Amino acid sequence: MKIIISNTSKEPIYEQIIKQIKELVLKGELQEGDSLPSIRQLAKDLQISVITTKRAYEELEKDGFIVSVVGKGSFIASQNKELLKERRLKIIEEKLIEIIEESKIIDLSKDELIEMVLILYGDDVI
Amino acid sequence: MTNVVEFKRVTKSFKNFSLKDVSFSIKKGYVTGFIGANGAGKSTTIKLLMNLLRKESGEITIFGLDQDKHNQAIKERIGFVYDENCFYETLSIRELRKIIAPMYQNWNDDIFYKYIDQFQLPEKQVIKSFSKGMKMKMAISFAISHDPEFIIMDEPTSGLDPVFRREILELLHDIMLDEQKTIFFSTHITTDLDRIADYITYIHGGRILFSKERDELLSEYGIVKGSTDLLDSDIEKEFVSIRKTNVGFEALTSDVKKSKEIFGHEVLIEKPTLDDIMYYTNKGELTCTH
Repeated sequence: MKIIISNTSKEPIYEQIIKQIKELVLKGELQEGDSLPSIRQLAKDLQISVITTKRAYEELEKDGFIVSVVGKGSFIASQNKELLKERRLKIIEEKLIEIIEESKIIDLSKDELIEMVLILYGDDVI
Repeated sequence: MTNVVEFKRVTKSFKNFSLKDVSFSIKKGYVTGFIGANGAGKSTTIKLLMNLLRKESGEITIFGLDQDKHNQAIKERIGFVYDENCFYETLSIRELRKIIAPMYQNWNDDIFYKYIDQFQLPEKQVIKSFSKGMKMKMAISFAISHDPEFIIMDEPTSGLDPVFRREILELLHDIMLDEQKTIFFSTHITTDLDRIADYITYIHGGRILFSKERDELLSEYGIVKGSTDLLDSDIEKEFVSIRKTNVGFEALTSDVKKSKEIFGHEVLIEKPTLDDIMYYTNKGELTCTH
């Protein structure tokens, strides 16, 4: 598992950990049942306080990304594929809205935008 | 969450200085950093904790036991590192081990020699010839070889170079892999605490100003920077203290959210460091009392 913490970032360290573990799950690099380093091991490896990693794991557990078993450690939870897909669709939707707004600023028409997408997507224009 | 230590309204007076009504606790399984300016009462508090000074009133419990009634049993479970060398300088590590090891029931030579090896300390050389860093490493090796649950350190990193400090922090992280262990250490090198402390206890003028989670502390406090025309006497009251100059002001707030509501985008709000919190709190106290 690869996690890189920035000490100069405005984003709190526990949020950086959460974000990166979530990304690893969404990308499929971490899969159901994979074990995570213990809270204390991760704190030592990242040279941060125990309470910070503890908080990150607690939030991940709350969001259903990991499960913690007393005495055994933390594992990647089984992910609801539909739900994950839905979440990613939502992200795409948000980005599209942004693109549409950008397009309106320079008076790009709907057809022109669609054409651009089709070209970039790599399929022949039908 | 259980507390390893509880101070309840502890008082101790000297001629020119007193600890007033000190209450705080140390959480089990975590690292608590103990900060405060020189002369704020850090060493006095630690001496009271170690039962090296008599308190005048109040109560101190360690592992849930009364300090005075169970002194011996408590000491067996504590590892103590003092800021000055308190070992016989003319002896070697080998000779000191013969004196110190029998004092603890749980002394473990495997642990001891593991650290002596790891720190590359010469066993037969007299301690007098050691550098400050070597002495500190030796003191730590002696303090943790009876596998104590609770480690108290008075300024363990002061006067050490960054390489030594990192090594010691690495060692503390190693100890904290065991969730039964608790560390309490005083320091004024607050950047050391960024790497390890879970809780921060701040003592100022013999009183505990706060004792809370470090992350929480740093998210509640903020440094506010802006133009001096934004200030008036009411707004100034919102801050712990303010530093005004010809080019603007810089102030510490203990309530970042409120400052954001008051000023919006007119000011720059930054995350404080522990040094900022110490500096502005100190400054605030001075202006209040004079």
